[in-house]
Amino acid sequence: MNAAAESLLERAPLVARDWFVNLLPAPLQWLAHHLITIGAILAVFGLFFAFTTIAERKLLARLQNRLGPNRAGVPKFSILPWHLKHTLFGLTQPFADAVKTLTKEDIVPAAADRTLHFLAPVIVVTFSLLGFAVIPFGRHLVPVELDAALLYFFAVGSATELAIFMAGWSSRNKYSLLAAMRALAQLISYELPLILSVVPIVLVTSSLSTSAIVHAQGAWTFGFLPHWFVFTPWGFAGFIIFLIAALAESNRSPFDSPEAESELIAGHLTEYSGFKYALFFMAEYFGLTALSALGVTLFLGGWQAPVEFLQFIPSYVWFMLKLVGMIVFFIWVRGTLLRLRIDQLTRLSWQFLVPLALLNLANAAFWSLSAGWSGPLQAVRWAVSAAVVVIPFLALGRALTAGYAPRTYRYAP
Amino acid sequence: MLGSGIINGLLVTAKNFAGSYHDPKRMVTVEYPEVRPALPENYRNFPFLVADDAADPMGTLRCVACQICEKECPPQCIIIEKSKDKKPDANGKLQLYPKVFGIDTSVCMSCQICVEVCPFDAIKMDKAFEFAATDRFTELFLDREQLAKSNRYYHEIHPVEAAEVDARLAAERRAAAEKAQAAAAAKAAAAAKPAP
Repeated sequence: MNAAAESLLERAPLVARDWFVNLLPAPLQWLAHHLITIGAILAVFGLFFAFTTIAERKLLARLQNRLGPNRAGVPKFSILPWHLKHTLFGLTQPFADAVKTLTKEDIVPAAADRTLHFLAPVIVVTFSLLGFAVIPFGRHLVPVELDAALLYFFAVGSATELAIFMAGWSSRNKYSLLAAMRALAQLISYELPLILSVVPIVLVTSSLSTSAIVHAQGAWTFGFLPHWFVFTPWGFAGFIIFLIAALAESNRSPFDSPEAESELIAGHLTEYSGFKYALFFMAEYFGLTALSALGVTLFLGGWQAPVEFLQFIPSYVWFMLKLVGMIVFFIWVRGTLLRLRIDQLTRLSWQFLVPLALLNLANAAFWSLSAGWSGPLQAVRWAVSAAVVVIPFLALGRALTAGYAPRTYRYAP
Repeated sequence: MLGSGIINGLLVTAKNFAGSYHDPKRMVTVEYPEVRPALPENYRNFPFLVADDAADPMGTLRCVACQICEKECPPQCIIIEKSKDKKPDANGKLQLYPKVFGIDTSVCMSCQICVEVCPFDAIKMDKAFEFAATDRFTELFLDREQLAKSNRYYHEIHPVEAAEVDARLAAERRAAAEKAQAAAAAKAAAAAKPAP
């Protein structure tokens, strides 16, 4: 364990940072220390965002039996004596998109509140980036060690809702305003199951610190069964609720009714164009990435390796692999499910997710009370906990879908 | 069970994903500039003028400048100017011809009404669709030289329809020739008969 923790690869980012910081005079060192951390997050997740967009387009295309964008190659620079003919599978598409949005005209409606209209995209990006500050990306890679990291994360996460309403209000457009109110209704409805799905973890680990939560998952039964929370009954239920609420919080399909492309123009973004629109788009992906990173941290063991003997691979590699897995799953869901109506969406939250999340909280309380049980009682503990997850799910599911017979289609097969 | 539909749906898209790598029959798109799918027989885009002789398209246009298509065109994208003189058509009959015939393809809506109203089978729908231009006012306005395509080209793009048109035209020409022959014979007979 210690050998893995202290290996050179594991410490490489820290060593590089400290080497650079020590080159500077002492009064500047703390500033450089933090600026490097911020720069690293911006660079890594900026690029991650860029490649998420192309990965999303390519994956969605494959899920629909298409090819996806594969044309954008490398531009021909006249100073180079040679030219790369290969299009690199279209992987440079995000840079072409960036140039396109940067050079587009930025239109502000004449009646708009210019200050708020400008501030909304800035604020939404700022707050969605702030969430990354408390995510432990690796064993030694925590930008800010906070005791109340989870509280901080949800506080900055819900601040983006303010920016969405700012966008709708400042556009001075009734459709933008209505869409912003609809988006707020959705975000507030799903804030509750999102936080309730996380509370059991706080209960079991008795800590709000993300690092402590990751350390609490760092053990293996027989060396290959990781003690991640997703592999406990209450953790599994919490993870599913978290996934659904995270989809809704990041305005993604099947909960993308705030800016349903096929029905509305762009919801609260109707009056945004050019780079400001791109900022909202970016903030949405940052929010998704931050929530996925939080999901990885809380339920999927964070930077812990899945099998004990694979610990020699640096922890940040494991974290990124899990993060990519989460994003791919979200894209897969987007390519599969249909959009929910706004009433179905809020009903799903208040009638289904919130009661199940509350029950799950009781389940976690039982789990932490029965922590001392051993031997055959251990099996009883698992059975009871699983029953508390499965039985209410089936009962509530049956009660809510009663009266909805399987839909018959007269014309479609 | 609640949620089983979601899992089934996820499996369907997962199958699509895996299948798109090994089963070319699944793919719904083609890589266009390199791969050109055969257009269906009834595909149509913009009209063109049929000329009987590919070597002399301007001399053998079937159009007689009757201006029916110009008047019928809903978006009014056809411009025709009649000639002052007359030229013999395929039947040898003297006809006017279009001195100017232009179609503004930036206005044309591909409705095919011009083709349906033409009594001379002179205007037909083309299948060419690559008309990218940098100036819509000059380069998308096609004049008579650009519009004229040979009858052989018409056979290439719409074989079934062109064969039917050719058969009908041949029958009309035969009938016209027989009529002319009969008229000539009657005239000759009338001339041969001595006056009583």
